[in-house]
Amino acid sequence: MSEPRVLPTDYVTKPGEFKTSTGKTLRTDEMIINMGPQHPSTHGVLRLEVVLDGEIVVDVIPHIGYLHRCFEKHAEHMANYQQVIPYVDRMDYLASMNNDWGYALAVERLMKIEVPPRVEYIRVIMAELNRIASHLIAIGTYGIDMGAFTPFLWCFRDRERILDLFEMTCGARLLYNYIWVGGVSHDLPLGFIDKAKDFCSYFRPKIKELNDVLSYNEIFIKRTAHVGVLPKDVAINYACSGPMLRGSGVDWDLRRDDPYGVYDKFEWGVEIGKGEKGTVGDCWDRYMVRVREMEQSLKIIEQALAGIPEGNVQSAIPKRIRPEQGEIYVRTESPRGELGFFIMSDGTASPYRVKARSPAFVNLSVLPEISRGGMLADLVAIVGSVDIVLGEVDR
Amino acid sequence: MEELLTSLIGENILAYVVLAALPLLFILPYALVTVWLEMKVSAHMQDRVAYMYTGWHGIAQPIADILKLLQKENTVPTAADRTLYWLAPFLVFIGMYAGFAAIPFSVAYIGSNIDLGVFYIIAVSSLTVIGILMAGWASNNKWSLFGAMRSVAQIVSYEIPIALAVLIAVMITQSLNLQEIAKFQEGGIQNWVLFGGPLPLTQKLLLLPFTFTAFLILFIAGIAEVNRTPFDLPEAESELVQGYNTEYSGMKFAIFYLAEYANMFLVSAITATLFLGGWNSPFGDFLSGPVWGLVWFISKGMFFIFLQIWIRWTLPRLRVDQLMYTSWKVLTPFLFVCIFAVGLILIL
Repeated sequence: MSEPRVLPTDYVTKPGEFKTSTGKTLRTDEMIINMGPQHPSTHGVLRLEVVLDGEIVVDVIPHIGYLHRCFEKHAEHMANYQQVIPYVDRMDYLASMNNDWGYALAVERLMKIEVPPRVEYIRVIMAELNRIASHLIAIGTYGIDMGAFTPFLWCFRDRERILDLFEMTCGARLLYNYIWVGGVSHDLPLGFIDKAKDFCSYFRPKIKELNDVLSYNEIFIKRTAHVGVLPKDVAINYACSGPMLRGSGVDWDLRRDDPYGVYDKFEWGVEIGKGEKGTVGDCWDRYMVRVREMEQSLKIIEQALAGIPEGNVQSAIPKRIRPEQGEIYVRTESPRGELGFFIMSDGTASPYRVKARSPAFVNLSVLPEISRGGMLADLVAIVGSVDIVLGEVDR
Repeated sequence: MEELLTSLIGENILAYVVLAALPLLFILPYALVTVWLEMKVSAHMQDRVAYMYTGWHGIAQPIADILKLLQKENTVPTAADRTLYWLAPFLVFIGMYAGFAAIPFSVAYIGSNIDLGVFYIIAVSSLTVIGILMAGWASNNKWSLFGAMRSVAQIVSYEIPIALAVLIAVMITQSLNLQEIAKFQEGGIQNWVLFGGPLPLTQKLLLLPFTFTAFLILFIAGIAEVNRTPFDLPEAESELVQGYNTEYSGMKFAIFYLAEYANMFLVSAITATLFLGGWNSPFGDFLSGPVWGLVWFISKGMFFIFLQIWIRWTLPRLRVDQLMYTSWKVLTPFLFVCIFAVGLILIL
């Protein structure tokens, strides 16, 4: 257990503290202000009820559900297991490939299907490309939250190249429906490997550029270091995962610790926050974990592109997927953290119950805990560093 | 200019109205050009091209924007304080416009050649604070109120470093009249206050570090005074939606923007006049004269405008407490040291 955190409550004015020149006590009061659902920096339709004392945040109450689309109920009413995948796409719409993979993997494990090695490689490439695309948005919008507009557009420029790769592969730019149960919808197109290699060599210098203009900018560090500190124990108690957890210095990555796919064949590392600029687990650490993860993803992609085998892209599975009666929980590492799918089958063609454990939802729950006592501007920094996607929070 | 006008029209109220309207002839085209420049500079920094279709490289787009804003409905929130709500943008504009009266555009033109020019500008430009506070309060929106409160705290704090930095130039030039200050720096780039003014060489060399510091601080505080990144907290988009002008639309919104852009030029003009020789040519008598003076003055101002745009699209934003820290614990103490040193050097 780390030391209990001391909140800067000295800032908070006590009743009767202010007196006028005639000695009359001024009444001070807290102000409740609505941040969202239509607010530039809540990253979607999140509503935060903020209790403020001047600029100091006394309490934050997140209200979610504005983007609830009954994904889990819909899944139960699909004619077969394949039809759930487009819905899964729309959960975390910034990382559809990772979501597809998580669901497909759960069904495959339930049915004990082995996929061909080429499929495993394609899935790793796609998931890591999508991880970079998703992190680019997290980093870019975080820049906007801090008032730096230029890095945002640089990030979108680079993300565009990844989307071009996806468009080339499956025709879609946002919601792919590419990773299917038992394989992928179709093979990589001609020239994809070269284009992906080009992207890797193009993107590496861009990360340095991004670091120069934003990550190591003095003002940016001042705004994010020591802000929104999430200690290790709190992070674990709140079941945070992904960059949120790793930013707090917990060395935990499902790609390595609960292996799936072919991640164990590549050489890469897990990035954790070290508190270089401030305290371990502050906003800068969480931000920097994402930046460094992009480099690790590049490493994985390069190795996968070099070692991709030839072969089928669909394993021989029955036309009607009808898993045995039973249930399974499979977790994968999405860009936001542990994405879990619980699937219960009653032996028919459609799932009896599908439950998604969405990382953004769980990570968001820690928000009030770490933003009390900060300033309003810090709250924006913290919300940005949690990197929520409301489509996944509300499902 | 005043004599010229009175000889043309005669000594009557019309002459003064014309005289007073002259800066407007500059401000309006200047605002259009700067809006376009801001879009283009930011776009090229961000690997974009910005608007390209309205005229050559979208040069007519600001005009289209103004026309659009003119046609828009002027909405007033139901719970707003209507009088203050209507008055606020104009007060902001008046505060800015009155400042232009004492700006020497050229050796031949200054709106009002008053002896307390610098002091007058600092005093009258504070009027914008009241306008902003009125806008935030009258909108009856908590975010607007936040923006207004931040803005007032910020502008009031940053007036201290501005006044102190101005004081250093005044100590060297021995005048509060901006026209006199500009005349003091005649004779080429080496006579600018930034390089110590036309003083003996040893004094110039000793003054150099302090005038440079004062110049930099005046520029930084000027950015804060006009609420631009990294000091754009009053309208911090990601925190306060749009700050004090959240509830404004149409022409009233446009007036806020016009005032902001004109204010940018005002602080640039003060910096240029105090430290970079105002309308003086950097080459002594070469390319000098009333018309060239105007060209030099506007070029110097636009140079600072470009710097402001450049900084805006590069840096993130400070937090409120860091903003106050910068003003009170960094800029102001530095200037006190500078004032003390400059005073000593001038006595020597």
